[in-house]
Amino acid sequence: MIPLAYHRASSADEAIHLAGAPGARLLGGGTNLIDLMRKGVEQVSDLVDVTALSSSIEESDDGGLMIGAAARNSAVAAHPLVRSRYPLLSRAILAGASAQIRNMATVGGNLMQRTRCVYFNDAAGSRCNKRAPGSGCDARGGFNRYHAILGASPHCVATNPSDMSVALAALDARIHVSSASGTRIIALGDFHRLPGERPDIETVLEPSEIITAIEIPPSAVAANSTYRKVRDRASYAFALVSVAAGLTLRDGVVEDVRIGFGGVAPKPWRALRAEAALRGQPATESAFMAAAATELADAVPLSGNGFKIDLAQRTLAAVLTELSGDRR
Amino acid sequence: MAIRINGAEVQAPGDARVSLLDFLREHLHLTGTKVGCNQGACGACTVIIDGERVLSCLTLAAQADGRSVTTIEGLSADGALNPLQVAFIEHDGFQCGYCTPGQICAATAMLQEIERGMPSYVTADLAAERATLTAQEIRERMSGNLCRCGAHNGIVEAIMQVATERAA
Repeated sequence: MIPLAYHRASSADEAIHLAGAPGARLLGGGTNLIDLMRKGVEQVSDLVDVTALSSSIEESDDGGLMIGAAARNSAVAAHPLVRSRYPLLSRAILAGASAQIRNMATVGGNLMQRTRCVYFNDAAGSRCNKRAPGSGCDARGGFNRYHAILGASPHCVATNPSDMSVALAALDARIHVSSASGTRIIALGDFHRLPGERPDIETVLEPSEIITAIEIPPSAVAANSTYRKVRDRASYAFALVSVAAGLTLRDGVVEDVRIGFGGVAPKPWRALRAEAALRGQPATESAFMAAAATELADAVPLSGNGFKIDLAQRTLAAVLTELSGDRR
Repeated sequence: MAIRINGAEVQAPGDARVSLLDFLREHLHLTGTKVGCNQGACGACTVIIDGERVLSCLTLAAQADGRSVTTIEGLSADGALNPLQVAFIEHDGFQCGYCTPGQICAATAMLQEIERGMPSYVTADLAAERATLTAQEIRERMSGNLCRCGAHNGIVEAIMQVATERAA
């Protein structure tokens, strides 16, 4: 038995102090952490509940949004400014998990959630370099339908499961973090690490730091945006492939475009190559497919997920076609 | 502090490891709330905390301290069935009944979400003040509650009937 203490932090400073103890972990909604503790994947002696910290969702001075890390996923998805200005974010959150879990989950916790790789989650019976560095990877030769085709390493092929983060990647969101020594801002694209030789280190967040807020800059392209998630059942399942995208056209030509992929990589995958290939191009399905192919050129399939390469390209083309609507 | 459960104040357990689900069932003997997967995949343990549906298996009882919890036992008074429960019976919204308390709790909160204007992944117009309740909307919004007997069609019909009656 591992004894457990529960604390409820009333301020960021208190949370930083409490989280500094060995074996302490921050607790948001608990939808991932409580499950992993029960499975023996996470060993925790002190839980620091941070849901009483800022959960406000407010317009920032530059016309963007500032979202407190303790905001519940469902509150963000339902917020009028998110629905009208950043529909891809609202839809990405609504595509994730179930209503019950979205009511519990916090945006800070969502950024920190662990992979759903079945071997990572099986502490008793599977090898996993992310859970037990150096032990090996059972996914590579096992059931890897849900695993990565981009950004993986010989040590780990697990995917990041977050839908919300895919939209945040496309939106150039910024993560505000605090520690005893001050505050800093991390671009969402830099926040999650690729696995390399250390798949156990998933973000650039230092152990002494806590996430306090997520800032979303104003975005004209986000007004015409959406999120599409392709999965093994219609709802309440993790993504095989997902696409977050925003698009603006002028006279049938792509003026600006933002693209994120989910379900294909160890981190929310910003498709900068596809974006660059599309700017100034006519908004045609063939141009969309060609840009998608550029992004997927380096894709490396595993034994059970080669279908994702075609699926990612077609999903992106379908989403951009939808966003082109009558404006082509 | 204490947890308010179906209107009654209860002291939270001393052991922080106790889930709200185990606290309800094993400590308070409120066995209406069911243990299904115990890992957030089935919805059988759904309860309502401060008006929001949540999974009691992934909630520590300590997290509910100072909050108000409603379980299936708190949704009807003196053994009388509420309209949603009656509709589940009329539409064969269950067979074995094991998932039913979670389904009823989830549907109760879901109807309030619709009234508050909460959109879903299948809502065509995110700007709409209130989603039009279709069978597709109900299926998406209730996807967190699995029924292994396959009574989903009856569940959707039951919820639709109650929503329609309320709107009338």
